Amino acid sequence: MSNDDALVRFVDIQKSYDGESLVVKSLNLDVANGEFLTMLGPSGSGKTTCLMMLAGFEPATHGEIFYKGNPINRVPPHKRGIGMVFQNYALFPHMTVAENLAFPLQVRDMSKSEQEERVNRALDMVELGPLGDRRPAQLSGGQQQRVAVARSLVFDPDLVLMDEPLGALDKNLREKMQYEIKHIHENLGLTVVYVTHDQSEALTMSNRIAVFDDGIIQQCAPPEVLYEKPDNAFCANFIGENNRFLGKVIEDNGDTVKVDIDNNNAGAVVAKKVNVGGVGDRSTLSLRPERVTVNPEPGSLPNIFEGVAEELIYLGDHIRTRFTVLGHNDFIVKIPNSADHAHLQEGGTANIGWTAEDCRALDPSD
Amino acid sequence: MADAEAETELITTADGIPLKQALKKALWQRKKTALLLVSPLFLFVLITFLIPIFDMLTRSVDNSIAGEQFPSVVVEIQRWDLDSSEIPDETTFQALFKDFKAGAERKTISRLGRRLNYEMSGMSGLFRKTARKIKKLEAPEAATEVMIAIDKKWGKLDTWRLIKRESGNYTNSYYLAAIDAEKLSDGSLAMKAEDRQVYVALFWRTIRLSITITILTILLGYPIAYLLATLKTKTSNMLIILVLLPFWTSLLVRTSAWIALLQKEGVINDILVAIGVLNDDSRLAMIHNEAGTIIAMTHILLPFMILPLFSVMKTIPPSWVRAARSMGATPFTAFRRVYLPNTIAGIGAGGILVFILAIGYYITPALVGGTKGTLISNFIAYHVSTSLNWGLAAALGTILLLLVLALYILYDKVVGISNMKLG
Repeated sequence: MSNDDALVRFVDIQKSYDGESLVVKSLNLDVANGEFLTMLGPSGSGKTTCLMMLAGFEPATHGEIFYKGNPINRVPPHKRGIGMVFQNYALFPHMTVAENLAFPLQVRDMSKSEQEERVNRALDMVELGPLGDRRPAQLSGGQQQRVAVARSLVFDPDLVLMDEPLGALDKNLREKMQYEIKHIHENLGLTVVYVTHDQSEALTMSNRIAVFDDGIIQQCAPPEVLYEKPDNAFCANFIGENNRFLGKVIEDNGDTVKVDIDNNNAGAVVAKKVNVGGVGDRSTLSLRPERVTVNPEPGSLPNIFEGVAEELIYLGDHIRTRFTVLGHNDFIVKIPNSADHAHLQEGGTANIGWTAEDCRALDPSD
Repeated sequence: MADAEAETELITTADGIPLKQALKKALWQRKKTALLLVSPLFLFVLITFLIPIFDMLTRSVDNSIAGEQFPSVVVEIQRWDLDSSEIPDETTFQALFKDFKAGAERKTISRLGRRLNYEMSGMSGLFRKTARKIKKLEAPEAATEVMIAIDKKWGKLDTWRLIKRESGNYTNSYYLAAIDAEKLSDGSLAMKAEDRQVYVALFWRTIRLSITITILTILLGYPIAYLLATLKTKTSNMLIILVLLPFWTSLLVRTSAWIALLQKEGVINDILVAIGVLNDDSRLAMIHNEAGTIIAMTHILLPFMILPLFSVMKTIPPSWVRAARSMGATPFTAFRRVYLPNTIAGIGAGGILVFILAIGYYITPALVGGTKGTLISNFIAYHVSTSLNWGLAAALGTILLLLVLALYILYDKVVGISNMKLG
């Protein structure tokens, strides 16, 4: 992506609240026009702070934010023209739904007839047509959420920020709303910057996910890249389920490395060299539970070890199996519930294997 | 199920008692406990508050003293016509003599004299003089001549009209006095001469000062409450202690402090003179007038405004104003259209609290009000403790109570009591 495409650019942004520690440490991020970018991270990782700086509610301590190519550090929030959906919707309780939606139009001195037209269009978009006269308190959580989304869009902003907008909804509704927001994004050609700590939400909705930890973007990539090819141990761990081995590199073959697993004599694991130094360095190996094969043909995979099935949990579409392997008793394997899947007993042994490609040698963090 | 048919008719509990009855019984048990728990407070309020208020209401119309002191006169005078051009007949005078002599011997007759003196000056003197002389007299043949001989006023129509007018068990004369009206000798109503009018102007002043003080507390308290509500809890807790600090010192001490600050030779005038803003001979009169009452009462009542405002503002998440800003509202528009409407409940609660406290405030205006800054309650206190005209004090108090109730109803109509949030 070239700089000209970027709708939003964070350049060397730093933010401190107390003058003693940095909440955001050197943020550089471009958001492309029409992109759905999610800032994902644990609480306190600085993602909401970044959103608030973009919205204009928090000043950046250092660096510059560009919106449509113009620096906006000194532009007050009401002149930025950026729509925003807040965590608890922030609907105005003293106004009806229609009045809430008309608010951004009224402050823009739009004519009454155009206000009405736009409000109706926005209500229809979120399928709340007949509820315009209700007060927010008379709506369900999901309906309030839709009003909040409609309100952030009613004045046609090019960019909409969403700060954990689905956090207060129950699971089913949350999933439904994820699709609705995704569709609105696609239909309107909006640019959305979305903040969440829910990784499945991020995977469902985003074009790109920026994983935040400790004030730094750990990795910024499309969901499938992030899941399948995490750059570091934090991303591997934070996104999806993950089996981890800690060990020391004993052999470096360019593309792959051989890692000797700690506290274990069963042998070394061949892994893809991703984010690790040379021979003698420590590394975290990361392996997704669904990329493990049970009872592979001997010799077909570079890594085949004997494991003991400690626990079997039947989950319908797959059987979640906990193995003890290579001295680790928390090795999870997802065995698909297909006609020819392996039948295991608790306490029984089985060979389990995986490719070098699926097992990523990463930095030795924690 | 065998009893399925019966169940459609009447739902019963497992042991056959109708469900409604069982529910009622269970609820009654709970209600009984609740009633038992409130009863001490209820009795307390009844004895110390409701009964005295009722007593006050009755005192403001009570005229039983006429019947007590003039038991025969009030009966005889019924036959006499108020418009008559002649004084009552001998029978009435006989009754007057009898009642007066009995009253003089009981030494209670002067009370009635004092009572009638409220309506017509000179009555107290007439009663004292008559009581003194009548003790030595025996029941005469011609009571009319004897009484007129004691004092010519007994032969005056006005005296008898007054007695006739005030012979009932109830009177409206206290209320008339409380609104600066009087009954003329022919029984018609009229406003008192302008230089004798006191209370209407005083009511207006009380209302005017109370409104001024309420508005001042809103203007001064709103930013402080906002600050308290938006600061970090640790800081705001400390500031709340500062807001409440005045409550820890005696009201008297606080008011006296204002005297020290505001008087002509006080701290503020001294400073203004010292820095050359004022000449020594043009020191500001800030106390013992309306200004003194307003300044001191605004200070004293400010916490009653800040606390309800604070508790309402505390519930307003910062995201509301931020949402408004993100939608293109200037800071002022966001405040006016979003923040302010949501604090109306607090303004209403604080406003009605401050106003009702101010309208009945006593100590502060008494100390710093001088003659121009005193309020209606100071006059009520005067009539209770100094002039002993309890009837008038009760009438003034009742009017004040009705005024507050009227404003409360007005507030309910305009803002709605259910919107009020005290905490």
